[in-house]
Amino acid sequence: MTVADAAAPARPPRRLARRFERYAPALILLLAAASYLGVVFGTGQTQYLTADNLIAILNRSIALGITAVGQTFVILVGSIDLSVANLISVAAVLASFIMKGEASMIVPAVIAVLGVGALVGLVNGLVITKLSVNPLIATLGMALLLQGALSANFNNFAGSVPDAWKLFAYGEIMGLPVGLVFLAVLALLAWFLLRRTRLGSDMYAVGGNRDAARFAGIKTDNVIIASHVLCSLAAATAGLYLAARLGSGAPWIGRDGVYDLESIAVVVIGGTVLAGGRGGVLGTMAGVMIFSLIDSVFNVAGVDAFAKQVLRGVIIVAAVALYAARSKRFAA
Amino acid sequence: MSAADGTAREARRFRLPAINPVWFILAALIAAIAIENANFLAPIGYMNFLKRAAPLAILAAGQVYVIVSGGFDLSVGSLITLTVVGSSMLTNNDPAATYWVIPLMLAMGAVVGLVNGLVVSVLRVPSLIATLGMMITLNGLAFLWSGGAPRGYLPETFRFFGRVNLLDVPLVNILPVALLVMIGVGTLLTLLMHRTAYGKLLHAVGDNPRAAFLAGVPVARVRVTAFVISSLSAVVAGILLGGFAGVSTDVGAGYELQAITAAVIGGAQLLGGRGTVPAAMAGALTLNAIFTLLNFLGLPKPVRDVVQGLILIAAVALATLRRRRAGR
Amino acid sequence: MSVFAMEGITKAFPGVKALSDVSFACAAGEVHALVGENGAGKSTLMKILSGVYQPDAGRVVLGGETVRFRHPVDAIAAGVSVIHQEFSLLPDRTVAQNIFLGREPSRRGIVDERAMERDTARILKSFTGEHGISPQSLVGDLSIAAQQMVEIAKAVSVDAKVLVFDEPTAALDEAECEILFAIVEDLARKGIAIVYITHRMREVTRLADRVTVLKDGEIAARFDDVPEPQAIVAAMVGRDIGEFYPPPAEPEEIGGPLLVVEDGGNARLKNIALTLRAGEIVGLAGVQGAGRTALAAALFGAEPFTQGRVSLAGARVDIASPRAAIAAGIVMLPGDRKAEGLVLMQSVRDNAMLAARAAGRMLSGIARTPFGTQREIDALLKAVDVRAGSFDQEIATLSGGNQQKAILARWLALKPRVLLFVEPTRGVDVNAKAGIYRAMRELARGGSAILMVSSDLPEVLGVADRVLVMQAGRIVSERPRGTSEADIMHDATGEAHRVAA
Repeated sequence: MTVADAAAPARPPRRLARRFERYAPALILLLAAASYLGVVFGTGQTQYLTADNLIAILNRSIALGITAVGQTFVILVGSIDLSVANLISVAAVLASFIMKGEASMIVPAVIAVLGVGALVGLVNGLVITKLSVNPLIATLGMALLLQGALSANFNNFAGSVPDAWKLFAYGEIMGLPVGLVFLAVLALLAWFLLRRTRLGSDMYAVGGNRDAARFAGIKTDNVIIASHVLCSLAAATAGLYLAARLGSGAPWIGRDGVYDLESIAVVVIGGTVLAGGRGGVLGTMAGVMIFSLIDSVFNVAGVDAFAKQVLRGVIIVAAVALYAARSKRFAA
Repeated sequence: MSAADGTAREARRFRLPAINPVWFILAALIAAIAIENANFLAPIGYMNFLKRAAPLAILAAGQVYVIVSGGFDLSVGSLITLTVVGSSMLTNNDPAATYWVIPLMLAMGAVVGLVNGLVVSVLRVPSLIATLGMMITLNGLAFLWSGGAPRGYLPETFRFFGRVNLLDVPLVNILPVALLVMIGVGTLLTLLMHRTAYGKLLHAVGDNPRAAFLAGVPVARVRVTAFVISSLSAVVAGILLGGFAGVSTDVGAGYELQAITAAVIGGAQLLGGRGTVPAAMAGALTLNAIFTLLNFLGLPKPVRDVVQGLILIAAVALATLRRRRAGR
Repeated sequence: MSVFAMEGITKAFPGVKALSDVSFACAAGEVHALVGENGAGKSTLMKILSGVYQPDAGRVVLGGETVRFRHPVDAIAAGVSVIHQEFSLLPDRTVAQNIFLGREPSRRGIVDERAMERDTARILKSFTGEHGISPQSLVGDLSIAAQQMVEIAKAVSVDAKVLVFDEPTAALDEAECEILFAIVEDLARKGIAIVYITHRMREVTRLADRVTVLKDGEIAARFDDVPEPQAIVAAMVGRDIGEFYPPPAEPEEIGGPLLVVEDGGNARLKNIALTLRAGEIVGLAGVQGAGRTALAAALFGAEPFTQGRVSLAGARVDIASPRAAIAAGIVMLPGDRKAEGLVLMQSVRDNAMLAARAAGRMLSGIARTPFGTQREIDALLKAVDVRAGSFDQEIATLSGGNQQKAILARWLALKPRVLLFVEPTRGVDVNAKAGIYRAMRELARGGSAILMVSSDLPEVLGVADRVLVMQAGRIVSERPRGTSEADIMHDATGEAHRVAA
């Protein structure tokens, strides 16, 4: 028994804290929505209060959303992936390079990009589990590898995507942007995987208590590898989306979007704990909406682009602090 | 079993390699460079090498404080950028401005380190997130300050530290000022880490923060100090880089990972408790030697990133393997 | 006919011989109690049975065949389940998800949640009756007792033939214990072989069919009929009890009040009134979760009192942090040596100098502290008999006993007035134990006040001059030296508390 363990009288406050954590993403989302409304009314720009505009707000965060769904898996198992931003760049460049504006090359390009994504995730997972390399370092190293490989071959927009592929970003299904529908479907699939399948259950177990999972006969290495493959596949998909959106892939789009940090921040704000084992993809979606709303607040308020970047950095750290400050563990 | 047996066994297990392998690797690489390019052995050759490596060596010496404390500092690259951009904005071509701009930059670095440290130790944000957030923020500030396109040059008085070589120095003929700065900072940080109570407490905090707290160590103060030292080292590195690299908004990009890689090559243990300043600096020289060698071999620059990524992973994997062999 | 038999089991760890030539067996429907002091080898034996460790020598026979478990999963598959002291439950998962962890009923990878919850309800009902545990509740929201039910349900649900209970009542109150006993009896009736590890004679008498006593990794006694508790305790402690524990304080050695707490309280403690006198060792007993370590942590400022008054030698002190406590002369040897005491990558000497350095200036040299030079602290390490090839070697390479003595030296360097010892001999071999007891007594003789928290009752009874018993965050009774284990257990779990409240 250690000094820190919970004695009986300490239970009720802990339970309360757990309740708070369960609803915190919803509360922050409400707060973000309220501040959006506040800015809109405060500046008298009520034209921003339409359903179309709401969809437009969300539509700006599709790539982040797709990446964050993947990041949710790795964080749930207690790992992390810092290579997503560079993988997004690789995916976008590779897609437009292979497609070269030809609709007939869409299928080969998508297969190639997803193949690269799966391979990157597999290597990340293998390095982390079989070589016992700290996930931060393993994925940082992978980020460097990808960046080097990319800039060795490309230094500007490469190729272009055909109009058919641009539908991914600009098409509509029943009045909704294709990208948004895709993200919603992806989130639902992820939710189903986490809530209803053996693999999902194993992910929670591995992140919650790796020894307990191992004692229960779960092959923890395989679960971690699987989550990394899913994460990298999601990042590759985000790259495919960005290629559609920009019409062509460039080696800097992943870095510029700061998708590594932002996807982690979105997951954490959505209530998934960095240590793993608790959280889920619905929270992550709430996190994405929070970020989009904050972005829109800046836009409506007319904040300078660079100042916006500064504020984003501050807000990310503050949001993580909101969750972290209450944990009694020593952070590193 | 008897106590005597135990002592003998324990004594055997203690005999671990005493010399850090980074020194052998560095020596081998320098030999390779010398074979590849004989000019390297002339003072101008190796002095230029040391001059180019000085900013990274200083950065690694600061970074190893944060790594030993159990964290990462990813904000140093953007702090270098901010230092260079900020200095060029503030000096505004006035040579006399250098004397107040440098102290001001150091003060700014101290504030950045203080904020990093407080966010990590008081708000308990993982240092990775805290310093990545700081990185975005500082990059944004650098753009904001310079309006996106930095203008102007740094005055010669400012560039003195990074660019000037002292000539007619006995023995070596030329002596870059940057090397003197590197030796000075390196000595100072080595003494602080390995010859003071602070260094011992820092190792304890990184190894087992709970035990350190329960032994009365002021954990937060020790941690914050480590972040301040790292940030100050970044400002010094920025001053040197501003001297010979010139002003741009990506001058510091990538340095944070190089600094971490250098510390890891030097045997610093991620997540805390083990690491030395001289070995981290040797790690920085090693990394630079590898880059130099790649250059001589005619490999394009992007290969650097790939190689650095592989080294980073390999160094950590090897360290893990060695620890497991040693039974810890 | 035994369900399983362990024959001639021997197991050594670096620095300690944990088991030598131990044989142990259990028949269907039998409750076989396994008792012994902390560190006697009970848990190691059971970890070998359940596949966590492999024996160095000897074999395990299950259902007539020799088995070799390489992994706990092998043991579980063969029908051997352990209910651990530290729960292996996932607090953020539901009861059903925990019970079926790793073997969820599923079709093509999709979990049949309804079937899982139905089966969970059935399993829970089959042996706990109606205790209101819902299969859908999150485990982290349940009480400790209910969590233990889940742990047992998890073990039972795999068609266990052998169940090992490792000190299952440690965190339970009286009523919950009764429920547990009923469950154990019921499981035995169903033909499961049950190994029951405990410290508590009352439970042995109540439940066991046979008793095996382990001492220092060997079988000290085996009783085929449960004898009087005294016989078991005698076998546990051995004959040299008089030598083992130092003599108590003479009345004239006990001085005036040194540390006084009035009405102290925080989230885990209530109405704490406590007086520690110079020259005296006070034992603090109670079941796990009663607040013993919380009290030590509060006195040391690690989890400070939020109300009440603390005074030291008559002057009020505000102990808001370990630093403040140390400055006032109060120190604590933490219970979990590895997690809270040791700085494993540093040398023996650096570990011993840690607190002295922390109390000094950050920029002072490494050989000098406000509480003595490096040479003086080396001398202290020698005085407490730390056996190491060199004090420069990493402390991780020392045995548990030597590590504990180095931590002791860390605190002795500060010449403290009040010492709080939490589980001072956990994971320490017998010789080192006696040395630690002697050191405690010498400190008391030197005028320090000592509070000892230990879950090892014989140790508390052997060392302390008086014993305070805690329950549910309160001190419920005080017993003089020479009191019995039964009296303390009665106070710690029984009705005394209800009378007091």
